[in-house]
Amino acid sequence: MEEIKLIVDGKRLDGRDFEELRPIKIEAGVLKRADGSCYLEMGKNKVVAAVYGPREVHPKHLEDPSMAIVRYRYNMAPFSVEDRKRPGPDRRSIEISKVSREALEPVIMKELFPRSAIDIFVEVLQADAGSRTACLNAASVALVDAGIPMKGMVASVAVAKVDGVLVLDPMKEEDNYGEADIPFAFLIRNGKIESITLLQMDGRVTAEELRRALELAKKGAMQIYQLQREAIMRKYIKEKEVVE
Amino acid sequence: MPEDILMEIKKDYVLSKLRDGERIDGRRLDEIRPIEIRTGLIAKAEGSALVRLGNTMVVAGVKMQPGEPFPDAPDQGIIITNAELVPLASPTFEPGPPDENAIELARVVDRGIRHSDAVDLSKLCIEEGEKVWMIFIDIWALDDDGNLMDASALAAIAALLNTTVPAERFEVGDNFPLPVRDLPVAITSLVFEDKILVDPCRDELSIGKNTITITTDQNDNIVSIQKSGPFLLSEKVFDRLIDLSIAKAKEVRRLLKDV
Repeated sequence: MEEIKLIVDGKRLDGRDFEELRPIKIEAGVLKRADGSCYLEMGKNKVVAAVYGPREVHPKHLEDPSMAIVRYRYNMAPFSVEDRKRPGPDRRSIEISKVSREALEPVIMKELFPRSAIDIFVEVLQADAGSRTACLNAASVALVDAGIPMKGMVASVAVAKVDGVLVLDPMKEEDNYGEADIPFAFLIRNGKIESITLLQMDGRVTAEELRRALELAKKGAMQIYQLQREAIMRKYIKEKEVVE
Repeated sequence: MPEDILMEIKKDYVLSKLRDGERIDGRRLDEIRPIEIRTGLIAKAEGSALVRLGNTMVVAGVKMQPGEPFPDAPDQGIIITNAELVPLASPTFEPGPPDENAIELARVVDRGIRHSDAVDLSKLCIEEGEKVWMIFIDIWALDDDGNLMDASALAAIAALLNTTVPAERFEVGDNFPLPVRDLPVAITSLVFEDKILVDPCRDELSIGKNTITITTDQNDNIVSIQKSGPFLLSEKVFDRLIDLSIAKAKEVRRLLKDV
């Protein structure tokens, strides 16, 4: 395989420091029909999340008499990547949808809505590594926008190992040619990280590196959490002005 | 429905034992069920293995054929992993294309093999840019008594160890054993509050299918992690899981050395 240097003079290819996130832009409530929505950019990732519900469950047999069911669909647009992606779910999307749903389920207060469904749809319009983390960040804001009661916010970011060092929020080149990719998501409650809700990893790291990666991811997640909060506040304040 | 009621009863039983730090089958919290590995049972396959993990049973078969390489790796062989949760293995499995559980299973097993560089793919080039060996690993669940993940990962690597590249059949040289250079081992643990139950059996999973799979290579590097299940994982438990999984994988890896 061709050798590509991912770190030059102590900086990453896009000029970032090791512990620096890509620029993030978040806007809550961007879709009219959805009960809650969010548009989010994380570097070159562009994603839209929509939340529908709590609403009636279709098909009916999926209903749970004791709590709401949560569904999550991660989907990539055919034009979101270099080579056109065939529309529809592939194996990767199905796995990402599963782990992302499982990241949000323990945070959503499902018990409050028996026999109903909370549907989360996330569309990737442009992908550039870390799209699952961008989608979770957007979904979390969309859930708040929909007024779904939650135990806290979910913030998600990956850590990669490239050229032997750990870096926060890898972009495409670092993901492709790096030695490891570790996406995390955390439950953040009362401004503090409480637990891990999503954790995957592939590549090769030592136990010690894995522990350091967790600490690095926590730092990044706290910054994302602040931006998520601000996006929700912005929308809330704007709507207040309209009323007046 | 009776299945549901039975599960509720089992759940209470598992939990009451767990409060005393015990497991329903008498195992220690970090004890893996007895493992049996048999290889070469499918003569038509290039390699095969049957793994029993307690009452859980999985067979993995390896088929190989020449194919076109990926453009970004013109001199590397290709691994494709698939898993089928066939309905004979559990009353909850249904016929049809792989569901999210089967897909997750296959992808986690695949990542363990891929990222430990278990197979030396550079030795599987027939003609650069034109023809390379494709390895198809197919995992067939036969009996799901919990933790199909570790049984499948073990069956996959055991089957690879048992594989002969069928070069003569395709008239591209002499047969040779598949170059396997690492032994990735997956360890799955059930997480309940601050307790960790290594290698959960099916009845134990009645308290929640909340698991973590950590795959390590023979140098104790971590090559794959998958949190599976809707639960909150505390950092403390995660921290303990790392060292525990490395230690347990070492035990299991010893069995592979005899394959």
